[in-house]
Amino acid sequence: MNLLEVDAVSLAFGGVKALTDVSISVAAGSVTAVIGPNGAGKTSLYNVISGFYRPQQGRVRFDGADITAVKPNRRAGLGMARTFQNIALFRGLTVLENIKLGAHHYLKTGLLAAAWYAGKAAREEAELRRDIEERIVDLLHLADWRDAPVSALSYGLQKRVELARALAMRPRLLMLDEPVAGMNREEKEDMSRYILDVREEWDVTVLLIEHDIGMVMDLSDQIHVLNFGCRLASGTPQQVAGDPAVVEAYLGEQR
Amino acid sequence: MNLFIEYSLVGLASGGMYALIALGFVLVFKGTGVFNFAQGELMMVGAYVYLSVTQLLGAHWAFGLLAAVAVGFALGALIERLVLRPLAGQPTLAIVMATVGIGLIFKGAAGLLFGPDQRQLPELLPRKPVFLGEILIPGGVFWTFVVSLAIVLACLAWFRFTRSGVAMRAAASSQANAFAVGINVPAISAATWGLAASTGALAGVLLSALNSLTPHLGDLALAVLAVLIVGGLDSLGGVIVGGLVIGWLQAMTGAYLGGSWREVMPYLVVLVVLLVRPHGLFGRKEIERI
Repeated sequence: MNLLEVDAVSLAFGGVKALTDVSISVAAGSVTAVIGPNGAGKTSLYNVISGFYRPQQGRVRFDGADITAVKPNRRAGLGMARTFQNIALFRGLTVLENIKLGAHHYLKTGLLAAAWYAGKAAREEAELRRDIEERIVDLLHLADWRDAPVSALSYGLQKRVELARALAMRPRLLMLDEPVAGMNREEKEDMSRYILDVREEWDVTVLLIEHDIGMVMDLSDQIHVLNFGCRLASGTPQQVAGDPAVVEAYLGEQR
Repeated sequence: MNLFIEYSLVGLASGGMYALIALGFVLVFKGTGVFNFAQGELMMVGAYVYLSVTQLLGAHWAFGLLAAVAVGFALGALIERLVLRPLAGQPTLAIVMATVGIGLIFKGAAGLLFGPDQRQLPELLPRKPVFLGEILIPGGVFWTFVVSLAIVLACLAWFRFTRSGVAMRAAASSQANAFAVGINVPAISAATWGLAASTGALAGVLLSALNSLTPHLGDLALAVLAVLIVGGLDSLGGVIVGGLVIGWLQAMTGAYLGGSWREVMPYLVVLVVLLVRPHGLFGRKEIERI
């Protein structure tokens, strides 16, 4: 059963073709990776899936429903959460505040209620806080930095806060855009473990863009390879690694 | 000494008005990164709406205020929707010039509808002088200060403590990011413009109730440029501090150096602030030049 299906999507900016007839599927409960050289269209594909770009052709289906025309902020409510390639935290807010903003879309109290203080809003807030403390902060070992402003954290920690915020959205599909880019080996191993923990604990489907081939091979159940905006190959890590076209276009450079 | 205190208090009181005027600029800049040159004209429009509802229709002043705020909100939101949103991604200069143009349209329209004459608004706040100990402060100035500060503080509290306020701050911090956590960014932008225009309308009513109303009322708004630079273009708290500092300075220079220095002094301070902290005392660093 596929949670996400991208069906024959084409996207162009003027005369520049970013994606041409790309189809990928993400099985529910899997870790699926999208790889490809720089400029292959990975992030464009992400932006189509999360609704920032509207493709000229093709459809995107989530849990069977066509969401091609759904506004990006509505997709949070459907159960899609994403992180960004560059750190995209709300600067000036603390770690906990950033994580709590992930819950914005499912809080029920009115927008004008003083959400952190008055009556019903305070109860909802307390519940949310407990939930976040127990299920996210502890899982990702962020307790020590809970009240620190995010701008004071190291790069690796900021990435972890981004993951935490995405989790606070209670997603069914977690989309990570280069979660370990720019990290050292230790940080990379930590992040890989957190991703696996999260999948176990939250029963979430993970879609991943990553340049670190070792990590992708270790984590993924399924890999889609993009090159020049087209899908080059799909399959298990072994199948993809043995595909001559992939080796030539991508892995060939690495070895 | 008494004279010093009296001038100080009057200066600080007029600073409250500055803070309220500056608030409209800061809300829009903080929320959407645009310096809105039409903010002054939105003040002027609010004042004319108030005048029309109270004098021409003869309604109660409360209805006048309500109408001014409502029309302000609608105009602000419409400007965002019809002008700013289609211009998203264009160079800053183009966007700024669009706001200048909107301001000119409003000014021209007000001139056509109401003529160039000075209008006197019906009394809004009590004029009876207020005594603080021995010191007398003109009633209009005092109450305008109280109301202005209350509005600015309410906005501050709302930004800090309500969910929509937090959503607004989040959208201001990073739009893509805010979208991704499910915040309706376009709606937030429109609401921010509406809110800023509403505070502008209130400022316009208060200001023209103190003096008088002409289609050129909006020109006064650019006088708070000094407040914005001292406080920082994107700091709500800075608006209060900047307003009070500039108000006090003007009163002091007016009293001790003579009236001709009054207009110059704030800009000397601005010059010093710009040399020491180019982003203002409370603003964030990376603000684009226009």
